[in-house]
Amino acid sequence: MSRHDRALVERQRVPRRDDIHKILIIGSGPIVIGQACEFDYSGAQACKVLREDGYEVVLVNSNPATIMTDPEFADRTYVEPITPTFIEKIIAAERPDALLPTLGGQTGLNAAMALAESGILDAYGVELIGATLPVIKKGEDRKLFREAMERIGLDVPKSGYAYSVQDAERLVGEIGFPAVIRPSFTLGGAGGGIAYNVDELRDIVTHGVALSPVGEVLVEESILGWKEYEMEVMRDAKDNCVIVCSIENFDAMGVHTGDSITVAPAQTLTDREYQTMRDASLAIMREIGVQTGGSNVQFAVDPDDGRLVVIEMNPRVSRSSALASKATGFPIAKFAAKLAVGYTLDEIPNDITRETPACFEPSIDYTVVKVPRWAFEKFPGTDTTLTTRMKSVGEAMAIGRTFAEALGKAMRSLENGRAGLGADGKDEFDEEHFDALLATPNEQRPFYIAEAYRRGWTTGEIATLTRIDPWFLDQIEAMVAAENAVRERGLDGMDAEAMRAAKRSGLSDAQIAYLTGADEAQVRQQRLDLGVRPTFKSVDTCAAEFAAQTPYYYKTYEDEDEVAPSDRPKVMILGAGPNRIGQGIEFDYCCVHGAYALSALGYETIMVNCNPETVSTDYDTSDRLYFEPLTLEDVLDICDAEQPEGVLVTFGGQTPLKLARALEERGVPILGTPPEAIDLAEDRKRFAGVLDDLGIAYPAAGTATTIEEAVEVAARIGYPLLVRPSYVLGGRGMVIAYGEEYLVRYVRQATEVSPDHPVLLDRFLEGAIEVDVDAVCDGTSVYIGGVMEHIEEAGIHSGDSACCVPPFSLGTDTIDRIKTHARDLALALGVRGLMNVQFAVKDEEVYVLEVNPRASRTVPYVSKATGVPLAKVAARVMAGRPLAEMGLPAEDRELGRYCVKEAVMPFGRFPGTDSILGPEMKSTGEVMGVAPDFPAAYAKSQLAIDYSLPSGGTAFISVCDRDKRSVVPIARHLQQLGFSIMSTTGTARLLRANGLAVREVLKVHEGRPNIVDAIVNGDVQLVINTPFGRETRSDGYHIRTAAVQHGVSNITTLAAAQASAQAIEAMLSGRLDVIALQDFGGTA
Amino acid sequence: MTDGARALLALEDGTVFAGRSCGAAGEASGEAVFNTSMSGYQEVLTDPSYAGQIVTMTMPHIGNYGVNEADMESRGVFATGFVMRECSRVSSNWRAEESLRGFLTRHGVVAIEGIDTRRLTRHIREAGAMRAVISTEDLDPASLVAKAAAAPGLAGRDLVAEVAFAERFVWGGEMPPECEIPVDTGVLPANPRYRVACLDSGIKYNILRRLAELGCECIVLPPTTTAEDVLALEPDGVFLANGPGDPSAVDYLYETLRDLLGERPVFGICLGHQMLSLALGASTYKLKYGHRGGNQPVMNLLTGGVEITSQNHGFCVDFSAIGPLMPEESGGLAHDVDDLGAWVRSGVAPVVRSERFGRVQLTHVNLNDMTVEGVRALDLPAFSVQYHPEAAPGPHDARYLFGAFARLMDGDEAIYEVQGD
Repeated sequence: MSRHDRALVERQRVPRRDDIHKILIIGSGPIVIGQACEFDYSGAQACKVLREDGYEVVLVNSNPATIMTDPEFADRTYVEPITPTFIEKIIAAERPDALLPTLGGQTGLNAAMALAESGILDAYGVELIGATLPVIKKGEDRKLFREAMERIGLDVPKSGYAYSVQDAERLVGEIGFPAVIRPSFTLGGAGGGIAYNVDELRDIVTHGVALSPVGEVLVEESILGWKEYEMEVMRDAKDNCVIVCSIENFDAMGVHTGDSITVAPAQTLTDREYQTMRDASLAIMREIGVQTGGSNVQFAVDPDDGRLVVIEMNPRVSRSSALASKATGFPIAKFAAKLAVGYTLDEIPNDITRETPACFEPSIDYTVVKVPRWAFEKFPGTDTTLTTRMKSVGEAMAIGRTFAEALGKAMRSLENGRAGLGADGKDEFDEEHFDALLATPNEQRPFYIAEAYRRGWTTGEIATLTRIDPWFLDQIEAMVAAENAVRERGLDGMDAEAMRAAKRSGLSDAQIAYLTGADEAQVRQQRLDLGVRPTFKSVDTCAAEFAAQTPYYYKTYEDEDEVAPSDRPKVMILGAGPNRIGQGIEFDYCCVHGAYALSALGYETIMVNCNPETVSTDYDTSDRLYFEPLTLEDVLDICDAEQPEGVLVTFGGQTPLKLARALEERGVPILGTPPEAIDLAEDRKRFAGVLDDLGIAYPAAGTATTIEEAVEVAARIGYPLLVRPSYVLGGRGMVIAYGEEYLVRYVRQATEVSPDHPVLLDRFLEGAIEVDVDAVCDGTSVYIGGVMEHIEEAGIHSGDSACCVPPFSLGTDTIDRIKTHARDLALALGVRGLMNVQFAVKDEEVYVLEVNPRASRTVPYVSKATGVPLAKVAARVMAGRPLAEMGLPAEDRELGRYCVKEAVMPFGRFPGTDSILGPEMKSTGEVMGVAPDFPAAYAKSQLAIDYSLPSGGTAFISVCDRDKRSVVPIARHLQQLGFSIMSTTGTARLLRANGLAVREVLKVHEGRPNIVDAIVNGDVQLVINTPFGRETRSDGYHIRTAAVQHGVSNITTLAAAQASAQAIEAMLSGRLDVIALQDFGGTA
Repeated sequence: MTDGARALLALEDGTVFAGRSCGAAGEASGEAVFNTSMSGYQEVLTDPSYAGQIVTMTMPHIGNYGVNEADMESRGVFATGFVMRECSRVSSNWRAEESLRGFLTRHGVVAIEGIDTRRLTRHIREAGAMRAVISTEDLDPASLVAKAAAAPGLAGRDLVAEVAFAERFVWGGEMPPECEIPVDTGVLPANPRYRVACLDSGIKYNILRRLAELGCECIVLPPTTTAEDVLALEPDGVFLANGPGDPSAVDYLYETLRDLLGERPVFGICLGHQMLSLALGASTYKLKYGHRGGNQPVMNLLTGGVEITSQNHGFCVDFSAIGPLMPEESGGLAHDVDDLGAWVRSGVAPVVRSERFGRVQLTHVNLNDMTVEGVRALDLPAFSVQYHPEAAPGPHDARYLFGAFARLMDGDEAIYEVQGD
């Protein structure tokens, strides 16, 4: 060997970093649009793998509903606000050697950048690993990124930077319309958009400059209609680079990739073009200088001549990397963490084959389709067109052998009542705007494409309007042809070959049922009678080139089935499906805990879920993973294959719960609380009977099937009333009616009242304190996990209100009565497992509002606050273990701390929608604040969301009449804290009468300058504005909207205002110290 | 979608798959193999190394972007049959000139779609590559299985003569008459720096494009060209191409090579690597199911770097057969020469002694199964790799090897110094 070669050999040794011992990981905080639980998945993997390798992990994440913040995932876990101030305190207390900034999404990356730039990391000797500050900046700063791309000879769209409307207009003079506007450094492209004319340009630029932390927007050549691609790249310290996955967007450029249907692997690139893109991706990785870890690079390709331009790169794990990990079986975040501490890709074994190394590029022999899930129905008034600004709240991923099969599965995974790509009896089309709805990207467009084919359009016509690649369209055409074939044959006319063809085209049993006028059960029976059974295939990273050791499966209709059920006792856990408002990460947390607990008891655990962002769909979480839709058909097929001893349906929220009855009827054993008990709790009449028998109070209630009847019932019960349609869940369409006029208007407009669809009316307990209880019952005894006192008064959906464990204002006697009621209810209903009860306390009386004998949204929060893992306890109970043998801590122990949960609202994403809270849930996520006293805990919860609380300046107060008297002490408190008070006439008069100094400001309709001008000009630091009834487009609406847009703290309930004043006092007093969960004590 | 005529695929062990025809009508036999590349079906079909083989693509959607002239890797299709899960009805790409179906039909390739290609792949993985027949004519499974069992296998078979050009030609000059389709030659050097004699055993066009880009004037010679005739051209280097069949059956080629070693710098790819290894004294053996795809990790033992490579080979080199280990040249280590994993873990490129040609170093190892991927003679200018640095299809990580050939022709010793380009 020559000396030269020997030197090369020496150079290749990159040892594990033994010089660092303690690593700080920053999580991504609450679930918000653009940043969902994919970062819990990536962070949890990183924590796990680093600890296995002997490193001490310090974690900060304000989101208590994450698996990563379970105390056993890190050595030191801080559920604290992700701000430089708090992280500095943690660094000072823990003195980590290194900070891994690339796993906590944009939030984690921004926090790391702030810490690095302010010199805090240097001061404490903390090294950034994975990506250094210059690398992050080069990747994130569009200007530096552009320059870097030019250096390596890659093409980027023509563009320039604007800091004002004038700049932007000048740039557009060169670039032309339409122009794409992207604010610098905002999450998920917030504040961006496409301007087709000068008016739109002015609007978007003004908004974008305001939202960008550096007051800068990129104005860019439009590449609308081009093909969009993503590449997931990994690099190690030895400069080994691999592409983990290529992703092709179904929607053309112009739709945020988070809002696009995406497909893996890329389908319409020749190898030459693919390799050009691969070369570019690796060159970008090297030029930006990402030392180790995963990155995501986005490209656009002109479909007419193949011109390739680079759009952007994220030097961190991302939503797409979570998708790529699930799509290929290659765990990007896990490996990124290992690479950050010095391992190289060739040293890490491929988890799935175990024989071959991770230094390779997965080959997949199936097709993956991701479809976003939106929640526009929650935000009336907002524009539902899909743009470069992400609006979806979740996503479902589906795996099929072909695109058609995967698309069909994804479309039935969305939990929106659809059974596939239309042809399910739910198709409704806006005839007047049919062409427009095809031409503009929107939630319904895939259904319009299928319908266009049904109406005889050609691929060419649809491609011209949609700019969607003809290859994808052709696949949809084939799906429609399969529909037609089924319709023509009828169920009786289908032989095995025809049935198999229909299933291979992605049609669900429910669609076949609709198309043939049969019911789903008949189709299933007929299908099984014909011998058309699904097969299960493995996700193995290597297209079957090597044997897979990890059981990660998907369903398809092929010749060979790869699943060999074991003879171990097994339980199946049904997951929660795509994230949406009302059904978020909390349920995934419970499912994961269920899997952990049942596995510890010796069961083989089988997870079924279709959400690629989650920890539950990590193949490491359970013994077997089925990446499948949570429909009756798909779940029954898996039950047939696995024959589980029990199926856990009560941990995944509404999604699996609604299958419970049907599964039981088909002989599938349901674990824990029987479906009958679930039905009993949901049947208002029968449940009222249970409450009567137990002597528990509940608000007067009635049902109406006509408007007249509603008025009559209302008169009997009395106003105010909680009114809702009977056939929707999660508070959808629920309002509070204060008088007859509003009630009549609501019933007429907002519901389709009929004998089949009655309206439910409940007495609304105005001013009552709401209380939630999470408990576990084993049939003979009940363990109260936690009593949560809400901050907002009754009338705000419990998912949207802040709450505190333990209660901060309720008396012992009231708490005891609440616990007794909960115990009685659990036993009376026959609960085996988790139960959540909502109470309202008014005038010393305790009312039961609702009982849900299943895991609730608050289980992770309560578990973290109390140190008792309720979901695990419940899973053990469901497996037959009595509570008595679990050694749980006494319910009435002193916790020695207050834990406040606060909801995170997405209003900033939906300009035009009102930001008031009500009985309909609108929040996307939650944070927790922990402190020795309530005000400090509340302060932390607010800081965790807004990243700041106003410490002084002007507080604008304007409240409705019923709040006028109660607002006086709050205003006085704020004044004592140094705020000056601003009000409109009515409130001002009242405050002055009570001896407060008030500056008066005009209401919006009174002229200008008015309160909105004051907010826009930055003259207001805190807004307290309580609404009355359901006002629209009123003063309050404009004030709240302006506050949301300009990032001014905006409080819409008096209770929250009071708590905020206390919180500001706590913050000003400087007593917000950091506390690690491991110092709490208790069992975990 | 499956709307073609019924077709069957039968394996010699009795396994039968039913599908639909999506190419030419007829019957074809060959060794059934699978390729895991997710793009590049046209390059696979036109790679002469696939002669005698029925190729299954593991990617379920094939044909999506159609076919075009520029992506041809040779003058025609050499795979004897083609197997897919789904052959696209449309061709969607700005460069598409023809549909895959049309192309297969025009080239007389019997092709089948609608089959469980994953089952076929798993079967080949477990049972090994085996003979197979695809037919659109004979739909009797038993009869087809019998035909498969009677078909010639690859072992001991020289297919080079069937795929190589009959006459010599200069790349960029007039192509031989059997080449009917216009050729995309890539960028040709205005003033060639090197003259390279390419012994054609089924050479892929992209190798010639890469050599031309490097500044080579490429003279493509029939595989039976004698050493004397090669040297008469006064080439700066000799290139040994890829090709089909059993390398041990192509003895005339490596015998010729023995006369060229030491006379001129030599670079071999794929079959060319097997030729060099055999010439140096190695033996070859048939892999259970081969390496075919674009994601094979190969470690360069001299740099420790890993290349993601494009591969297509069913036979492999036994390095230890060249001669005894020279521990003093092998980092002082005395691992078993055959335990390639041990050399990878030590980060040492072992050296053995060839009786006739001196020291030979193992330079590249496949990390999936720890098999030989590259060798280099240390006492004369020659090196070769089992995989395809020219890619097409596949990643470009190993392009630096063409630079290494240039340095070898320049007389440099440290030919692998620069990685990547």
